[in-house]
Order: sequence, then structure tokens, then C-alpha cells
Amino acid sequence: MNTQIPVIKTVDLNLFYGDFHALKNVNIEVAGNRITSIIGPSGCGKSTLLRVFNRINDTIEGVSVKGKAYFENTDIYHHSCDIDLLRRKVGMVFQRPNPFPLSVYENVAFGLRVHNQAGGGTLDAIVEESLRSVLLWNELKDRLNESALDLSLEQKQRLCVARLVAVRPDVILLDEPCSTLDPMATMKIEELMVELKKKYTIIIVTHNMQQAARVSDDTGFMLLGELIEFGKTSAIFTSPEKKETEDYITGRFG
Amino acid sequence: MIRLDPKRSQNIAFAILLIVTILIIVPVLLIIGVIVKEGYSAITWEFLTGMPKDGMRGGGILPAIVGTLSIVTCAICITLPIGVLAAIYLNEYAKDNLLTRIIKLSIVNLAGVPSVVYGLFGLGLFVMLLKFGVSIIAGALTLSIMELPVIITTSRQALNSVPYSFREASLSLGVSRWQTIAHVVLPNALPGIMTGAILSIARISGETAPILFTAAAFYVPRLPHSVFDQVMALPYHLYIISTQIPNMPKNITYGTALVLLVMVLTMSLTAIVTRYYFRKRKKW
Repeated sequence: MNTQIPVIKTVDLNLFYGDFHALKNVNIEVAGNRITSIIGPSGCGKSTLLRVFNRINDTIEGVSVKGKAYFENTDIYHHSCDIDLLRRKVGMVFQRPNPFPLSVYENVAFGLRVHNQAGGGTLDAIVEESLRSVLLWNELKDRLNESALDLSLEQKQRLCVARLVAVRPDVILLDEPCSTLDPMATMKIEELMVELKKKYTIIIVTHNMQQAARVSDDTGFMLLGELIEFGKTSAIFTSPEKKETEDYITGRFG
Repeated sequence: MIRLDPKRSQNIAFAILLIVTILIIVPVLLIIGVIVKEGYSAITWEFLTGMPKDGMRGGGILPAIVGTLSIVTCAICITLPIGVLAAIYLNEYAKDNLLTRIIKLSIVNLAGVPSVVYGLFGLGLFVMLLKFGVSIIAGALTLSIMELPVIITTSRQALNSVPYSFREASLSLGVSRWQTIAHVVLPNALPGIMTGAILSIARISGETAPILFTAAAFYVPRLPHSVFDQVMALPYHLYIISTQIPNMPKNITYGTALVLLVMVLTMSLTAIVTRYYFRKRKKW
């Protein structure tokens, strides 16, 4: 792997939902400008791990964390960490497309407006640039004032990515972004991911092994809260070191 | 023993259910019918805009209409902000701890207190201890405390109906929790909050007991100048002219009831229309 410092890193990370031990001693180092996928059967903690990286887990009551998690060099669970700033740098796209009940334009402009980052002229430019970066501009440039709720599922999911890109994060977390989409739409989102990794670090949680194999550079396999194996995608899928990994990717369980 | 076949017993069951349901609308129609029939002859421009005359046996009921409107307006201006802010706190911030449970228990209990007890409480606290006197403000404060649990509950329902995914989406853009509430949650909860508020206004417009000792006057033949004035109020006025004044023309009593009824029904209708309008636009 490359020698640059990891964008996201955890050290002996443990997470509990009340008494339930959801993540067990997870150590992972995610490199920049790559696509890292996390795979594993349902309930293995892969989404939980993803939700650690921007601390969106904090919104759930009864969550406690032990160990360390870093974004660049910031200890994100240290009390001095500015969570809002962290989430601005580490954005997230969710399983179900969740555009706001606003127009296409206002959805993309939302973050900038709230953060007071851009005036009128520049706002238009950023909205266009963001929609272009998710390849929606040509489809939607004449429908900017229509409600985002009228778009197709795939367009909505792209719009959610555009909304995120507009606030210029460093990392994009994708939590099973294609699980509600059909195969054609999934393919398009995957192409988008490959396009986006030029500028962003992407971490994707997926239950779809083929998807991980197709798009990601690195893959981590999780089972029952533990990160069993982490390495280059080609290595994980052709010659896994651990038996559990092999059993999973060959379809023996999961 | 008679055995009904399933089809017939089902028909009988449905028939009974239908008849019982129809019975619900009978009292509504009867109330409206009787009041309109007996009272419509009293409704004139002078009745709505004039001062009472002849020991309230004639003239108009303007002071009572204005009195009720001012008490209710003040009450909602006090209770709505407090109720909505409390609902936001309980829904968006409060952790499940002892304090939260005490607050929730208080709200439930507040809702169960009989309205005449609120009246006595208002008399003790606002009229006497705080020396507001019998006044619009004392009545409004009393009503606002009474209405607080309803406002909090309906506002919480409205906040709850905003999908959690909107909050997550906003937070994941680095938008703070308060900004998320201000920019995402509240705008989407507003129709529900407004509907609840309008229904509350309708409900407190007809309340008599809480304003009995705190705001309502037997007879004040002029309009209020400040919130510290006593006023006549429609429900109390109706009680007086129905029971305390001999030789009261019947159509004036019913006419007053009709005015109160129309006010309350108009507000309920506004709430229904608001809800319908927003529900049609809502797509999540």
C-alpha cells in the first residue's frame, strides 16, 4: 500500500450499544483517494463502523466507544473535536436516498446556505459544478426548480451525493448506497464512485460482494463485530488469508 | 337454538356497526340545527357590532366577541412558543433520564387537571398573588397553562413525523443539531404544529371555567384598552344570559350560542383545510 498517512484510522476501537458489543478491537487504516469497501454478513457491524467515522452514531442513545479513531491527525472522539467540522469533512450518503422535500437546486445549495459559504453568483456555480460531478447536470439543468422528490431513485441518490460534494468534503462514506436501486442504476452509481475517487476518499459499506470486487481498491471483511481481514481487494478476493473470509466470499455463509 | 350462517351474521354485524356510527353524527346535526333555527333571527349587523342594551336583553354582543378574541389571542401567543420550544427540547435534545421523565409525567398530569381547578389556580396566582387583577392577561395565562400539554403533544407528534433520515442527511453535511432543527425539522413540522395550534384556539375559545375567576366580567359595555382590563367573554356571557337574566329573549341566547359555535367551527375547519392542503403536498 502507499506510504502516505492514512485519512482514517482506528486503534483498538470498541463500540457498545448499551450492553451489546458491536465493534471489537477494530484496527483499520484507510488510504486517501482510494475506494475502500467493507463487506460482511448482516449485523456484522460494517455500517456501525462506517458511522463511527463521522460520529453520526452519536445520535443513537446508549452508544459508547472505547479506543481511538482518527481523521487525518484528529482524534475524533476527543472532547475537543468539533463534530460539525468533522462531518463537513467526512460526509455520508445513506442506504435510502434521502433528499430534502425541496427543489433540486435547493437540495444541492442546502449545505452552502446553512454554512453561509457562498453568495448568489457563486452558489449557482457550485450547484452546477456539484451536479456535473455526479453527472446529473445535463439531465436536470432544466428541472432545477422541480421537487427533488419527483426524481427517480437513482437520480435522488446522485443528488444526495451532489448535495454532499457541494460542501467539499474530503471523505465520502457510502452506506449501502445501491441497496434500493436496480442493477442498471447500481452500475451507474458504481461508475460515479470510480469518477469521484480522483478527488475524494471513498469508503463504501456493501452487502454485495461483486460490487466490492468491481469498484474498490481495498476491502475489509467483518464478522460479528471484528475486522477479520483487510487488504487489497485483489488479494482478498483471490487469496484470502483467513478461513472465515474465504468461506464468506465463496458463498459458504452470509 | 338459532344458527345464523356466517354471511348473514356478518351482514347483521356490519349493519349494527353502521347504525352506531351514524348515531355519532346525530347529536352534531341536532346541536347545529337547533341553535341555527332558534338563533338565526337574532343575527344582525347591530348584534355583531353593537354594545349590549336593556340589561343585556337587547343590543349587541361586540364586547363579548372582542373579549373572547383578545383572551384567546393572548393565550395562544404565550402558549405556542413555550409549547413548541418544550416539544423541541423533549423530542430533539432530551436524554431519557429522571428529569425528562418528570417533565413528561408533569405534562400528562397537567392534561388531566379539571378546567375549574385551573380557574382557581389562575385566581390565586395571577389575579391575587401577582396582582394582575381580573384581566385579559390573567385569563390568557390561565388558559395558556391549561393548553400547554395539548400544544406540546401535538408539536411533538409533528416533529416526530419528520423522517429521521432528513436529520441524518443534514447532520452528515456538517450542519449542527440546532441548524438542523431550524432549517430542516421545524419547516417540515410547521403544518402539523399550526394545525394543533388552530385546534387549540378553537378549544379554548369555548372554555368557561378557567376564565370565570380570572378574566370574565358580568357586564362591561365597552371595549378593552389594555391586557389588564376585564372583559366580557362569549361562553361566560352565554351562561349569564341563559341563567341570570329574567325575561331574556330566547333568540338572543341562541344567537350568542350561534356566534360562538360559528367561531369555533370556522377554526376547526381552517385546521382541517390546512392539514388537507399540506398532506396533499407531502410526499415522503
